Amino acid sequence: MEVVTYTNVETFVQHLPEVTAVGVWIKALIILAVISAIAGFGTFIERKVLAFMQRRLGPMHVGPYGLLQLIADGIKLFTKEDIVPQNANRLIFMVAPIITAATAFIALAAVPVFPDFTIPQWVPVLGGTFVPSIAADLNIGILFVLGMMAAGLYGPLLAGMAQANKWGIIGAARTAVQFLSYEVVTGLSILAPIMLVGSLSFVDFNNYQQGGIADWIIWKQPVAFILFLIAGFAETNRTPFDLLEHEAEVVSGYATEYSGMRWGMFFIGEYANMITISIIAAVVFLGGYSEEGIGWLTIILKVGFFFFLMLWIRAAWPHVRPDQLMWLCWKVLMPIAVINVVVTGIVMMV
Amino acid sequence: MGLEQFKNRNVGQQNYVMLDLEHTPQTGMGKFRQVVRRTFKAELFVGLWVTMREMINALFRGQMHTVKYPLEKLPISPRYRAIHEMLRLLESGHYRCIGCGLCEKICISNCITMDTRYDENQRKEVSEYTINFGRCIFCGYCAEVCPELAIVHGPRYETASEQRASFSLFEDMLTPIDKLNLQQEYDGFGAVTPNADENIKKTPLAY
Ligand code: SF4
Ligand code: SF4
Repeated sequence: MEVVTYTNVETFVQHLPEVTAVGVWIKALIILAVISAIAGFGTFIERKVLAFMQRRLGPMHVGPYGLLQLIADGIKLFTKEDIVPQNANRLIFMVAPIITAATAFIALAAVPVFPDFTIPQWVPVLGGTFVPSIAADLNIGILFVLGMMAAGLYGPLLAGMAQANKWGIIGAARTAVQFLSYEVVTGLSILAPIMLVGSLSFVDFNNYQQGGIADWIIWKQPVAFILFLIAGFAETNRTPFDLLEHEAEVVSGYATEYSGMRWGMFFIGEYANMITISIIAAVVFLGGYSEEGIGWLTIILKVGFFFFLMLWIRAAWPHVRPDQLMWLCWKVLMPIAVINVVVTGIVMMV
Repeated sequence: MGLEQFKNRNVGQQNYVMLDLEHTPQTGMGKFRQVVRRTFKAELFVGLWVTMREMINALFRGQMHTVKYPLEKLPISPRYRAIHEMLRLLESGHYRCIGCGLCEKICISNCITMDTRYDENQRKEVSEYTINFGRCIFCGYCAEVCPELAIVHGPRYETASEQRASFSLFEDMLTPIDKLNLQQEYDGFGAVTPNADENIKKTPLAY
């Protein structure tokens, strides 16, 4: 990640200092630390919100309002025995969760998380280092993130096939089904905004929508927004598309045989993906971050809204069958997405 | 949370609504129309609204269902049959049990053991009285049969113990003499009914 492609320096950060390798390293560490913490906190928020929606209290007893539940969970995950089942393929079984977690974090390298800042001069050694808001401001950011998140599906796929368990196999098969279904819709739905902006860089998307709420792409591309949201739910493996590990049907799907921290890595990967999808939706469709006004708070609010939406929908909606997912994606969403792209093209030409 | 919602046993009195289930479309056009209708129907948003409404109800209107059990407890019915209590006479403070032995006789799991003797006034008094709660099935027969309303069921239902057999002595169950004014009259199984006075007949000796 030393090679920082920085094509948009002229358009965006003329007044900002140079991005150094140290800055990128610091940024990477910040992302890793903060997103893992937020992912952990996300599990707490999820339990709380689901509980409130079912008129329960949720975790209450560890710490004030159950806040320290996270630490209790962490201790439990870290100290649990790391079991590899007898007939499993040891190597793949142990590598699969790392794929999920790693790809989730690599995807986060190319999205804007947290404002950029300069470390004050009085800090020893690192003083004066500029830490950018995007670790790697690729000019093909969206393509990179979507590709990485798609690669993340190898985690469940390999995990399910490596564990010598029929539920795992079913989970892996469903991963393939899901992957084949939503990936087309994700690409096609985001193609229309990309045509409008004419760039794959998140910074360009952000700058395109700087003129206030009226400039948001969601008003120009409402269909693409809804399609992207649906595909995003499938991508992050959330209800109503949580086929991979639906407890009521396939015990725990691809994660059946996993325990302890390996299972925890799947979990962290899933939550990091939720955050990534929320950020993409916020930047691409809802105006992203802005430098003036309340600034970075806006994107945090937007990301928070999408995160809440995912929990909300989990509380409200039943999940679909695998065949229904394929039916939905190929027979309903893909035609709509294609029509949307064609209409966008015609409108742009005229 | 009150007792009222537990007392409503009238399940089946609600207004059931018959669902209007449509027939599966046979033709291709019919199927297509169904897909379009279902795709653009706002039904999913009704579901979202319901969960949001419940969240608002729970958080702001005090309709949270959780009872933090060891810290707070639901009220239990007076007819609930838990660990027994031995009541005292309110006036004299003497225990009510007259040692008649009916409870020991009727107990279907043979868990009441008692012994009696004559005191200095040639009145019967209880010398031994234990209930083996490892055997008791809390049927309530003892409370029902007791002529003096001496043995009753209390509200103490947390009865986990380390041993299979757990005996309770007469003194343990007896209302402490300093708590006499707090003694609750039992209105559960075998208690005097509210209209008991109307049912009283004169003894045959009177006619
Ligand atoms: S409740 Fe039933 S089983 Fe228990 S002591 Fe009374 S009569 Fe015996
Ligand atoms: S039935 Fe009542 S009065 Fe008779 S021995 Fe039992 S507790 Fe005492």
